[in-house]
Order: sequence, then C-alpha cells, then structure tokens
Amino acid sequence: MSLRASTSQTIGPYLRIGLEWMQVEDMASKGVAGERVSIRGRIVDGDGKPVNDAAVEIWQANGHGRYAHADDKQDKPLEASFRGYGRSLTDDSGAFRFNTIKPGGVPGPGGKLQAPHLSVTIFMRGLLKQLQTRIYFPDDPANAQDPILALIPGERRSTLIARRTADGTLEWNVVLQGKNETVFFDF
Amino acid sequence: MDPAPYRRPYWNTQPEYLFPKYASTLKRAPSQPLVVLPHTLSEVTAPVFGHDTVKASDSDLTKQHKGEPLGERIVVSGRVLDENGKPVPNILVEIWQANAAGRYNHRVDQHDAPIDPNFTGAGRFLTDKEGHYRFMSIRPGEYPWRNHHNAWRPAHIHFSLFGQGLMQRLITQMYFPGDPLLDYDPMFTCVADEKARNRLISSFDWETTLPEYALGYRWDIVLRGRDQTPMENRR
Repeated sequence: MSLRASTSQTIGPYLRIGLEWMQVEDMASKGVAGERVSIRGRIVDGDGKPVNDAAVEIWQANGHGRYAHADDKQDKPLEASFRGYGRSLTDDSGAFRFNTIKPGGVPGPGGKLQAPHLSVTIFMRGLLKQLQTRIYFPDDPANAQDPILALIPGERRSTLIARRTADGTLEWNVVLQGKNETVFFDF
Repeated sequence: MDPAPYRRPYWNTQPEYLFPKYASTLKRAPSQPLVVLPHTLSEVTAPVFGHDTVKASDSDLTKQHKGEPLGERIVVSGRVLDENGKPVPNILVEIWQANAAGRYNHRVDQHDAPIDPNFTGAGRFLTDKEGHYRFMSIRPGEYPWRNHHNAWRPAHIHFSLFGQGLMQRLITQMYFPGDPLLDYDPMFTCVADEKARNRLISSFDWETTLPEYALGYRWDIVLRGRDQTPMENRR
C-alpha cells in the first residue's frame, strides 16, 4: 500500500495555546552525564525584526552519543532521565533558550562519526512547513570531519556553529533571510 | 548499514517556503539554497512520550472548565498512518483551535468575537497501538485575518504530530467538509495538487457520531514513510 504524506500547514500565530504546556528549556536534570551547555539565541526575519511567535525544538543524543529511541541500537549507555527533547517558544525579542548537555558523536553516512550536534526544528507563522537545521559546538575538532557540515558551502558553515560568549554561554542566532542567512536543510 | 531514509515529498503535495499569496512568507521564507540533508540516525529517531506526559482527560476539550463551552460538540477521530500504510502508534498528537465564535484564547487575537470562559481550545492524545486518536471538542468558528482585503479563515483545527523519526514531524490543519471559505484560503490552496488539498478536509462520520450528543468527524493523517529498501548514496 502506498499513501501520500499529509500536506504541511503553518503553525499560525496562536501556537502557544497548543504548545506552551510542554515548554522544555531545561533538558537535562541533575545527574545526567555530560558537559553542561547553555544555549541562547534570537530569530530575526528578512527586515532584521525579531520573530516573537516561533517554536524552536531540539532533538539530541545523550552525552554518550545515544538517542533515547528504540531504533538506536548502539552499544552505549542510555539514561532513563534524559529524553533528548527541548521546546522553547520565542519571546517578544525573538529569543529562545536551552540548558542541556553536549551530546556525544553519533554515526553518520557510511558509519562515519558525526560531530556532536543538536537537530533543530523551527515552526512559525509565515512558514507553511518547518525549517530544519543543526547547532554544532565551537572549537570541536570533530567539526572539520563532519559529513553533514561538509555538504555546506564553506562560507555558510559558520551559521551552524554556536559562538562561545564571554560568560560561557553559547550563542546561536537564526537569520531567516539575506547575507548571513542560517543554513536550512532540504529534508 | 545506513538507516533506510524517509521518502522525499511527492511533487506538488508539500508547500514551498515562499508563497506570496500568504503575505507572511515574504519576510520569513529562506532566500538562500537549501542543503539536502541525508537521513542519518539523528533524522530517523525522534523524542518518545508516554502516559506520564499525557493524561486520558487531555483529549476532551469540553471538560476543562467549570461549565460547558458554547457551540456544537464534535468528536474528531482518525488514524495516523505512514506512507507505507503502517499505523504510527504511541506518538504525541497536540491540537489547538478557536472557540465556536471564531476567537482564540490568546493575547494577539483581537477579533471582535467573545472569549468563551469555558473553552481553552487545547488538547493532547497519544496514538494507540493501531495509530488511532480521538478528541472531544466543539466546532471552531471561522474568523477574519489581515492577509488581504476581507480575508477569512475557514474553520480548522491545528494538529501537531511527532512521529517515530524526526523526518515525520508534522504540523498541519484539519478542515471541515463543505466549507465555502476553503477555495479563498491561501493556506488551504498552498499546494498545486488538488487531491493533496482535499486530504486536509475531514469527513462527517455517522459511525462516530454520538446520538443526541455530538457530531463525528473523521480525519486520517499520513506521515512520511521509510523507503522500503535501503539504498546507497540516495539523495
């Protein structure tokens, strides 16, 4: 049997009614293994105006590089208290935030290890389907070998790598259009 | 071996980012080329939710306050399948909608229609092992928006579904049969394939209609399916 996937529609401006009950900005409780990271960012549109009605979702492996999902059959430890999911709804300044742990590497095409990354899905009014992108970590030598970063034109790659700020938090902004536009995937 | 990738969308059945008839896409659609993403372990897995997150009562939008909401009670149910026809069990479905008067319980909705103190308009369900979901609600009203002169949205319910892989994540809207506003709506008409559009419309369902209580509407949702055979270097 072959069916066709249902057509995507915009999340619209009233997403908070349906999605706010499960904001997950603190993704890793005490005791979850791995390096703690705080990620802060803003979303701006083609005029540089903040996007105050977006939902940003994270999906990530645990600190050992294993996803909390039955199809990840790697021989690495699972942690019952870490789901690997985050959801942040942007505020009036277009800002979102996550406190989590840096994931371990996971296998990529041909079994080649991928650099630690967070999968990011973004929904907002004005998008008829989600944007799919990734956050990579600054100064990680594995980035140079990452098979997905390698698909991105060199001058745009930095849009997927968070920047470490003076206070240690990681900054990763989303630019929807223009010169410094964030790389989005055809998924 | 690499995981079997999810199928790429069938021609004209999924919207493009830039769709000028929906004015908000102009400043928000990406302008640079997209990069084709291979489906790795990161893309074929997804967050898993359980009954610790979702309670059975979360699916009845008519019982969230002291009194009964105004409007026509409806039962909205259906199945979540993938493109291979397999049910998608145990996934989180979230819905939200306007009240019977066409007003959202939200600070940015300024439409001059009454808020219903007995209706929030949000619900959740975990699909069962055959992929079924079911909500009790009231029929949402149509409402004006400012996309173009005299623009009105057809009655709809927003649906968010997680899926078993990140590539199945879907947010969409369910419409009602016979709504005269559908043909004028830039969201409903955002794809060229007429059959794809029509699959967003629920059907009246006598079987799930509750005698002397609520009308039944049935709507099946299809998430992307995996390619049946893994292939090397497939884009």
